[in-house]
Amino acid sequence: MSFRATFATALRVLTQLRRDPRTMALLLLVPVALVFLLEQLFADRRVVFQQIGGPLLGLFPLIAMFLVTSITMLRERVSGTLERLMALPLAKLDILAGYALAFALVAALQAVVVSTVAFGFLGLHTQGPSWAVVLLAISNAILGMALGLFVSAFARTEFQAIQFMPAFILPQILLCGLFTPRAQMAGWMRALSDVLPFTYAYDALSRATKLGTFDGRFALDLTVTVGVTVLALALGASTLRRRTG
Amino acid sequence: MIDYRPVSAAPSIVVEKLRIRRGGVIVLDDLALSVASGKVTGLLGPSGSGKTTLMRAIVGVQIVESGSITVLGEAAGTPPLRWKVGYMTQNPAVYGDLTVRENLRYFGRILDAAPESVEEVLETVDMTSFGDRVVNRLSGGQRARVSLATALIGSPQLLVLDEPTVGLDPVLRRDLWKAFNELAAQGKTLLVSSHVMDEADHCHDLLLLREGKLVATGTPSDVRAQSGRQDLDEAFLALINEEVA
Repeated sequence: MSFRATFATALRVLTQLRRDPRTMALLLLVPVALVFLLEQLFADRRVVFQQIGGPLLGLFPLIAMFLVTSITMLRERVSGTLERLMALPLAKLDILAGYALAFALVAALQAVVVSTVAFGFLGLHTQGPSWAVVLLAISNAILGMALGLFVSAFARTEFQAIQFMPAFILPQILLCGLFTPRAQMAGWMRALSDVLPFTYAYDALSRATKLGTFDGRFALDLTVTVGVTVLALALGASTLRRRTG
Repeated sequence: MIDYRPVSAAPSIVVEKLRIRRGGVIVLDDLALSVASGKVTGLLGPSGSGKTTLMRAIVGVQIVESGSITVLGEAAGTPPLRWKVGYMTQNPAVYGDLTVRENLRYFGRILDAAPESVEEVLETVDMTSFGDRVVNRLSGGQRARVSLATALIGSPQLLVLDEPTVGLDPVLRRDLWKAFNELAAQGKTLLVSSHVMDEADHCHDLLLLREGKLVATGTPSDVRAQSGRQDLDEAFLALINEEVA
């Protein structure tokens, strides 16, 4: 692995995003619009907004980076640039780390923008520190990137890649405990939710927004989130083949 | 056949008993050839004759069933070779959403090439005035030249160019062949594929491939002598038909 090649790749991915101002605008403005919608939706039930607003802030970057990464990597595979890169002095890890670095920066920007609006203008209030939400949002974004990278290997077209979002992400959002507390789920759903990474990402966010809950369970949540990220990156790396048939 | 080439320099590429299967079909079988150093070798043959597969194997991105390929004294595809071999894929493998210069800077950074080399290769492919254009807005021929420029950056010792002159106008083709010969005069080795036989006269050596088998080798005059035809196009047709009969 080389820092030179990693930074070169991160810079290239960021330049590609900069060359696509519409995508950048969507990445930054859509979460803001959605949080505003949420706040309006629960205008007469503020307690609900206060409860789920914080955790949701930390989940947006995960979904956005999952989509952006799976499409970018798919394009890289389909357009032949990946084959070209494989003939260059560039480790697979350089490509992955370059992507992670670039998208972590974008995720940080996204999290800061949406958090500023939510905490500053929409009256969102969490008992825990707001910076914890931003930090978790960035770590979740890298999880989303790693998952997107991995699933991109199973898509041949951009249509297929897009469909991984409802197939892969939506069930996790439904089962993570956001809509129904996990304790109230039927046994099999609870068991399923136990093995899905979103459950831990959501739980960490939910604890971080409550005062004094940086406990053992929070540590477990973080460990699982980071562990799944590393696992998905390793699996993603194994789908980048230097030689193909 | 008598080899008139000087025996001083070891060949840059030596292929022995090469067998490659793609999608269940044997594309190259029991192929043996060598490419002399410091010369332009033309890899010619009809579409589907295995030119691209052979080039992919030489740069180390093709799964090889059996046989050996030695490139610059090392087994093809080993990491040190990725610094020394420049590869131009058949379909332009460049980032369409970046400008020409942004593309070249990325490839240059990976290869740790001097920043000035971007302008040098732009000049070689006659694209200086298009340097700040986004690749997606260029014509097919211009895109092919950007792809060629990415192979030239970092001044690799061996250049493997897959149909670099296809779709280009006659003036540009002549200029590029001149540039290839200048590179060879500087001591670089070039393996250039083409399915246009009249380009053969620009090469020092020729390899004529048909259905994964070598049907003729030697200098253009060797090939003329071997076939008894003056026109190279006719010479190749004669040699190919001879094989079939």
